[in-house]
Amino acid sequence: MTDIVQQDVAPALPSVFADTATRIRRGAEYLLIPLIALVGAAVLFSLFLLALGKSPVTFYALLWQGGFGTSFSWTNTLVRAAPLIFTALCVAIPARLGLVIIGGEGALVLSGFCAAAIAIPFVTAAAPPFLVLGAMLVVAVAVGALWIGFVGALRHYRGINETIASLLLSYIAIAIMNFFVEGALRDISNPNKPSTMPIGEANMIGDIPGLGVHWGFAVGIVVAIVLWVLMNRTTFGFAARVTGGNVRAARAQGLAVGKLMVISCAIAGACAGLAGFFEVAAIQGRANASLAAGYGFTGILVAFLARHNPIVIVPVAIFLGGIAAAGGLIQRRMGLPDATVQVLMGLIFVVLLVSETLYGRLPFLSSKGASR
Amino acid sequence: MSAFTLSRRSLLKSAAIGALGATSGISLIRPARAESLTIGIVYVGPRDDFGWNQAHAVAAAALKQVPDVTVVEEENVPETAACAQSMESMISLDGAKLIFATSFGYYSPFVVDLAKKYPEVQFRHAAPLWKEGDPVNAGSYFGQLDQAHYIDGIAAGLSTKSNKIGFVAAKPIGTVLLNINSFTLGVKKVNPAATVQVIFTGEWSMPVREAEAANALVDAGCDVLTCHVDGPKVVIETAEGRGVKSCGHNASQAPLAPKGFITGAEYKWETIYKDYAAKLAKGEALPNFIGGGFDKDFVQNTPYGAGATPEAIAAADAARAEVKAGKPIFVGPIKKQDGSVLLGEGQSFVNSSAELNATDYLIEGVIGSIT
Repeated sequence: MTDIVQQDVAPALPSVFADTATRIRRGAEYLLIPLIALVGAAVLFSLFLLALGKSPVTFYALLWQGGFGTSFSWTNTLVRAAPLIFTALCVAIPARLGLVIIGGEGALVLSGFCAAAIAIPFVTAAAPPFLVLGAMLVVAVAVGALWIGFVGALRHYRGINETIASLLLSYIAIAIMNFFVEGALRDISNPNKPSTMPIGEANMIGDIPGLGVHWGFAVGIVVAIVLWVLMNRTTFGFAARVTGGNVRAARAQGLAVGKLMVISCAIAGACAGLAGFFEVAAIQGRANASLAAGYGFTGILVAFLARHNPIVIVPVAIFLGGIAAAGGLIQRRMGLPDATVQVLMGLIFVVLLVSETLYGRLPFLSSKGASR
Repeated sequence: MSAFTLSRRSLLKSAAIGALGATSGISLIRPARAESLTIGIVYVGPRDDFGWNQAHAVAAAALKQVPDVTVVEEENVPETAACAQSMESMISLDGAKLIFATSFGYYSPFVVDLAKKYPEVQFRHAAPLWKEGDPVNAGSYFGQLDQAHYIDGIAAGLSTKSNKIGFVAAKPIGTVLLNINSFTLGVKKVNPAATVQVIFTGEWSMPVREAEAANALVDAGCDVLTCHVDGPKVVIETAEGRGVKSCGHNASQAPLAPKGFITGAEYKWETIYKDYAAKLAKGEALPNFIGGGFDKDFVQNTPYGAGATPEAIAAADAARAEVKAGKPIFVGPIKKQDGSVLLGEGQSFVNSSAELNATDYLIEGVIGSIT
């Protein structure tokens, strides 16, 4: 029995079972294949630009300038990357268990809203900022964890597809926020844009000195590292990856699959909750329909690009943040519509998914035994 | 594991469809020029939405014709940190000296913070939010679209045969309610027997619900439709498809309804944008707060379509001339929906007045509820 299980699990766990040569080979694959995919997408996109009569050279030059070419561009990029780290983690952690959660947007919105709502009594009572922010943080993380944790529970206990459930719950989350923001919790001093009461300038989280980016970016990196350790260096992470490799094998080994699913989803939701918290506490200062800015959906792309590796998510989020940051400059200088950048992102996504078939099949990286 | 593969495939599919759908709407290259006034415009949605954003984009296109003015534009900029970054990018990479932030949620905190950070750059925002104490290099501009809706109402009132007119509205907030009331006053002025039936969709842009609302209104017997949503495309097309007449909102939807289009209530941001550009060129200070309607040429009606009868055209033209000259639209007796008196005999509200812009009620003659 044990032998069979190990055969099933081994390909998913190279670092544990394989020798050093295979590890290097795998490492090279993880670096090379996404690079090939990126170059492939860039070539395809160049053809698209040529078909429109635009210069790909100009495009990529502007992409560099607008995303990474100046110190201002870097700030622009990092500001956009910060929420993507969290929403990508929301996709990546459950993905290690084989769950595809695409409802991070809803968790972000609901957490952000609840954080803004809990702040109201504290702000009214003129509580000190650390109390206000502390309460907001706890509530945002808890609400996010409950929201996506609920999706995990639905999956395990009732067999409901987590992808559909999380997506549909997103709409419910946004509707719940709208219900309160346009009703009981509406700030009447703001008649034309239904919002909650502002948390006030004094309670806002500031920028990292010298970077022009709020602290959420730094927290995002720390959380990504912590979650990498959790998923790769602990028994919990090991069990989670076994479950992702083969649920039946995991069950046969006596792992509490249901518990793992719910906890992983809760961790994911907590990450989205952090995104919501920083969106309210560092950017908006209040909750309103602007919270649903699409970070939850771009996060899916980031997570897939990073192959659900928490640490890789950080550079990938910066990369996509850079593309988004440059998108404006490209619109302005080349007269291209905003959708152009979305075409590029879509192409990257598609080519990357296609490239997954290359793993273990690159002739110069394969050897007997390692190729499957 | 099989569920994982399946979802991945469906994700891939939707990404591919998204990529295909996004290839429309290409505009021309406009290289940046040196030593000219660069103006940046930020839109919350696509520039060709047949609505709010298009109204601004049309004005931007007119502004581009002004000598020594360069216009840089960005569309689909969400009301979050991204909009601040976009505006800042226009300033630091394109050298913009004047920024038009055209969506409501851009103002606070984003425009306010940027105005403090870049005191040499002028920021103007398309909603009446600027107040004393805000940065002096920021400001607000807005148009009283209710006046143009009043003219729409007059044309609509003379176009209905069933005496039932439908109004698809977004959210029950002040400006929307004022437009509904003004439209209804126009209808009642020429056709006291007619009623205006309102359905609120609850969202600024929710095409499915807008189509449902438009169909429901036609099913209920309405033979003229109008709306106040961000992009009226769906409502106007649904009306045309169902064979009823329509009045537009925000920008020109005339091309969408070649048979039934009557006229529409449009902003004329061009007036404001060109005025700002001229003032900056002369080195004059920009006003912090401007607003107005026909009197200042800030709003207009779409050229009449095939749905407008000669009678409707004559009445609408006459009424517009009166409003332009300052004749009040809200003249008593007017009752609110609940029967209470809004304006007694001989009382009136001055056009564009603060009372009007604080509207939180619907008037008698409107069927439909705010709550």
